[in-house]
Amino acid sequence: MALLDKDRIFTNLYGYQPWNLKEAQARGAWDNTKDLIARGRDAIIDEMKASGLRGRGGAGFPTGMKWSFMPKQPPLDQNGNPKPSFLVINADESEPGSCKDREIMRHDPHLLFEGALVAGFAMGARAAYIYIRGEYIREAEVLFAARDEAYAAGLLGKNACGSGYDFDVFVHRGAGAYICGEETAMIESLEGKKGQPRLKPPFPAGAGLYGCPTTVNNVESIAVAPTILRRGAAWFSSFGRENNKGTKLFQISGHVNRPCVVEEEMSIPFSELIERHCGGIRGGKDNLLAVIPGGSSVPLVPAAEIWDAPMDFDGLRAVGSGLGTAAVIVMDKSTDIVRAISRISYFYKHESCGQCTPCREGTGWMWRVMERLRTGDAEVEEIDMLQQVTKQVEGHTICALGDAAAWPIQGLIRHFRPELERRIAENVREAAE
Amino acid sequence: MADRYIEPDTPELRARWGNFAWTAENAEKAKEVVSRYPAGRQRSAVMPLLDLAQRQVGAELNTQGWLPIPVMEYIAAYLDMPVIRVVEVASFYTMYNIAPIGRFHVQVCGTTPCMLRGSDDLLETCKSRGMKKGHISEDGLWSFTEVECMGNCASAPMVQINDDNYEDLTSDRLNAVLDALARGETPKAGTQDPARHTVEPVGEPTNLVAMMTENHDYRSEW
Repeated sequence: MALLDKDRIFTNLYGYQPWNLKEAQARGAWDNTKDLIARGRDAIIDEMKASGLRGRGGAGFPTGMKWSFMPKQPPLDQNGNPKPSFLVINADESEPGSCKDREIMRHDPHLLFEGALVAGFAMGARAAYIYIRGEYIREAEVLFAARDEAYAAGLLGKNACGSGYDFDVFVHRGAGAYICGEETAMIESLEGKKGQPRLKPPFPAGAGLYGCPTTVNNVESIAVAPTILRRGAAWFSSFGRENNKGTKLFQISGHVNRPCVVEEEMSIPFSELIERHCGGIRGGKDNLLAVIPGGSSVPLVPAAEIWDAPMDFDGLRAVGSGLGTAAVIVMDKSTDIVRAISRISYFYKHESCGQCTPCREGTGWMWRVMERLRTGDAEVEEIDMLQQVTKQVEGHTICALGDAAAWPIQGLIRHFRPELERRIAENVREAAE
Repeated sequence: MADRYIEPDTPELRARWGNFAWTAENAEKAKEVVSRYPAGRQRSAVMPLLDLAQRQVGAELNTQGWLPIPVMEYIAAYLDMPVIRVVEVASFYTMYNIAPIGRFHVQVCGTTPCMLRGSDDLLETCKSRGMKKGHISEDGLWSFTEVECMGNCASAPMVQINDDNYEDLTSDRLNAVLDALARGETPKAGTQDPARHTVEPVGEPTNLVAMMTENHDYRSEW
């Protein structure tokens, strides 16, 4: 059954209506937020846990549980004063294929600000920083303006919404570094440094921004929270399969007839998502070659395996990939699949922060070999060597960028090895002629 | 890592930018920016202030703006931090131009989702207009860069020019945008597909139909 419009959280997803406070309130945002806060920290966290919401930024960690990791009693600094806690909202949407947080921020920013207050209160945070990627210039302008509206209306700041709770929200613009989407790199960047990830532990919930307890959540995870609390955990968890609950913004790009961003039920089969909202695969179902179902860092899935797969965390893991940010990149049979993946390798080479040697050197090396495989200018043994190098990079770096650079190549070798070998064979034959 | 080179520090550069200081308006803005961060954490403001400085330089030169070393030094002094920490930030983040730039910075996204939708044509279009990657055109109008994913994948391919995105492009549509900019006009930003509003499926709507005509409140249907 299709998700009904009344069950969509992001009703102004396409920006047909203004984003401003008055219109957002008419749609249901900031509706008696004071009451939500009056439920208390524990009740809010319990409701979020019961809703089954898993983080929407890619890793899928249960959101309610993440909030519960924040200390109940603030730790003390060296002078014996309690340290503040912070909520950092990850709006550094840079994973190739992902374009959902942009729509939330430019068309329904008040959902995000209300969520920031509720989430910040639930984790005992003093303030929230929204870290928005630098390239979202107009989107940041909307955030700044919406924030001013919320302050002027008394919804944020001292005694936010008349709840008796003081809570500030600030907007911080990035400046073009994919790596800042990694939570500790984001914290470094907020502190005014290069965005290079920190070793964990300590985890941000213990020592994050300015050494204070910090939780980093994705925009979508925060923006859905008020609606979940209003409509109840039971409503949210009525969508999707066990362990994969809720509604989700899917972003479909590439070779479909009508690319779009759309909110759908979790676990919707790939075929249904594409047929219902995207007008099908360009050239028809039989023209589908492969799909990258969760943003550039997850392995591709060949047509036959993806077609009936449920679009959720477990369903995509079962086909050797992942839901990631639900950024679905569709490739039809006209695609040069080796080039498509090689271009992703270039992306990771470009975005490696240079801190860990396996990633700094490995991403460039892998891209150069991928470029040779693209034209077949390689030996068959090099396919295995490349596979081995991806294994040397994967898991040997501070953050997951190394893994993210390795997985697309592993996916290509797993599913398209014959194509790689064909190119090498043809190249050798051409050279002999 | 991205390959980037800082414009060398020369006597001419110092003579031109050594006296850089905030305009009255930007001095106010800078103060407000610093107030967003806790006392003693003013260093957090380095990124927004570099952006502000780049824009001020841009306004002075009528370009997108860039960050000469003396300007970075000014920011370092303003925030009471070592110059090298500012240079480190400016050279790490690709949106800070650390060498001179043209009036319009044409940034074509070439990452896979845009590539699948035809970004090769856009790159070719730029080249056929005489643009060269990493160079400023002779008339000073255009700088051209191929950039990594800009997060507009459902309306790909796209180009960002200074502060605006132009989406759902074809070679013809990009030419129309560039021609308009060259004439000093402000072309409509966002999707260039006349049939599309933003990122909805183009054509027959599949969801949220009521929102198209009114600010619909769905709560009565809950």
